[in-house]
Amino acid sequence: MGFDLEQVRPEEHEELKRNVLVTSLEQLKGWARSHSMWPLTFGLACCAIEMMGTGGAHYDLDRFGVFFRPSPRQADVMIVAGTVTKKMAPLLRRLYEQMPEPKWVIAMGSCATAGGPYVRSYSVVKGVDQIVPVDVYIPGCPPNPAALIYGINKLQEKIRYEAKTGKQVTNR
Amino acid sequence: MSEENKREAGRQEETAAAEQQSPPAAEQTEPAAAEQREPANTQEVSGTEPAGAGAEHPNQPQPDTMPEHPDASASDKPAEPAEPAAPAAANADAPSAPAGEAAGAGAVDPEREAKIKAAQEARAKRLAAKAAAGGEAAPGDAEPAEPKPPSPKQPWLDEAVELLKSEVHPEAVEEAVINELAGDMPTITVKAEHWRAAAELLKSHEKLGCNYLRNVTGVDYEAHMEVVYFVINLETKREYAIKIRTDREQPSVPSAVPVWPSADWPEREIYDLLGVDFPGHPDLRRIMMPDDWVGHPLRKDYVPLDPEV
Repeated sequence: MGFDLEQVRPEEHEELKRNVLVTSLEQLKGWARSHSMWPLTFGLACCAIEMMGTGGAHYDLDRFGVFFRPSPRQADVMIVAGTVTKKMAPLLRRLYEQMPEPKWVIAMGSCATAGGPYVRSYSVVKGVDQIVPVDVYIPGCPPNPAALIYGINKLQEKIRYEAKTGKQVTNR
Repeated sequence: MSEENKREAGRQEETAAAEQQSPPAAEQTEPAAAEQREPANTQEVSGTEPAGAGAEHPNQPQPDTMPEHPDASASDKPAEPAEPAAPAAANADAPSAPAGEAAGAGAVDPEREAKIKAAQEARAKRLAAKAAAGGEAAPGDAEPAEPKPPSPKQPWLDEAVELLKSEVHPEAVEEAVINELAGDMPTITVKAEHWRAAAELLKSHEKLGCNYLRNVTGVDYEAHMEVVYFVINLETKREYAIKIRTDREQPSVPSAVPVWPSADWPEREIYDLLGVDFPGHPDLRRIMMPDDWVGHPLRKDYVPLDPEV
């Protein structure tokens, strides 16, 4: 089953150029992963409403390969949308740990990023990055659907960049 | 007259009073400068434009706000600071009584006494400062307001106090007032040791029959704690607010769950956030904070572990 390049006819060569793609396995994986990010539905407050709106017909997250999953075992990315209280924190950590590798976290809105308006509260975690490693922070109170889509784009970019270069964009 | 207008009128009154004699031109610019809400460029426009439509604008509010102001201040301003001052004085006086009793009963930590006293003083000072600030806003004519007609709910209060004194204990009632700021709510302060019997009476006496507990709240007054029960008779709409004062270091109020089962969760919440103990409660444990939480976060002396990041 030899394959002799010398014997390839010019028209066959044209065909090959159009249809064969050479890349590294890592990049291929990055490409596949970045275009099928299934987030765990993790709405905690008003940001969840925007997240639902982003998933709805108008903004249509499905076109990016983003499908919300109700189970952490089927999810790749956790969109923490809302205020994380100290009572919720251990549950959030457990759900994160139940997600299979590779996994990412998006902190959506100022509450999940840094406590937001509840930064002086006794009961609110001042940023979800105190519990789980966060890849992308989306500012806003709440961020609008376009901002969430931008954040997801940033995460896709990050996944592909890491796959291409082997570098880590942020420490985890 | 909207609230904004009122405030504006007050501000204009101050400036106008200061320079009543000054020429009208100065008066015209002064209120505009005092108005922070007014965007800066509006002021510029009115300054640069010829004395036509633009210059007229800052003048406009004056004719209708100026004359209205004197009666506004005369009618409600002196009455307002006078009212909160009276209950405040009563509040500051009252907690000293239990403290005195405790001192008489046995050896009491002098440190704690001093702490309570300091809290009371700080509170009185704040209230005095507030009253002074209110007094400044209203100019000197602090005439005593006319005696008001008694509240329509006064008979309810009198009747309940009478019943509590005759049926429960002659000393059961510490204080009984009509709270005008809360829709003339008849408010009775009951001693903690008589609260259970008073609750039974309030619920089952044929004249009172307050069979519905609307709300339970707790307050930290720094000198003491207070638990407030709001009860109502659903047939006659007769309502009461019952306050029970308690010590701040060992706060304890007999539970009302045996009388009104709906007090269960509110009392758990007060225990959770203020640390008030409710002897007689069937299931007194935290309701909102995690079970392993340390401290009671709505107490005034609570220090959060992570203030800000």
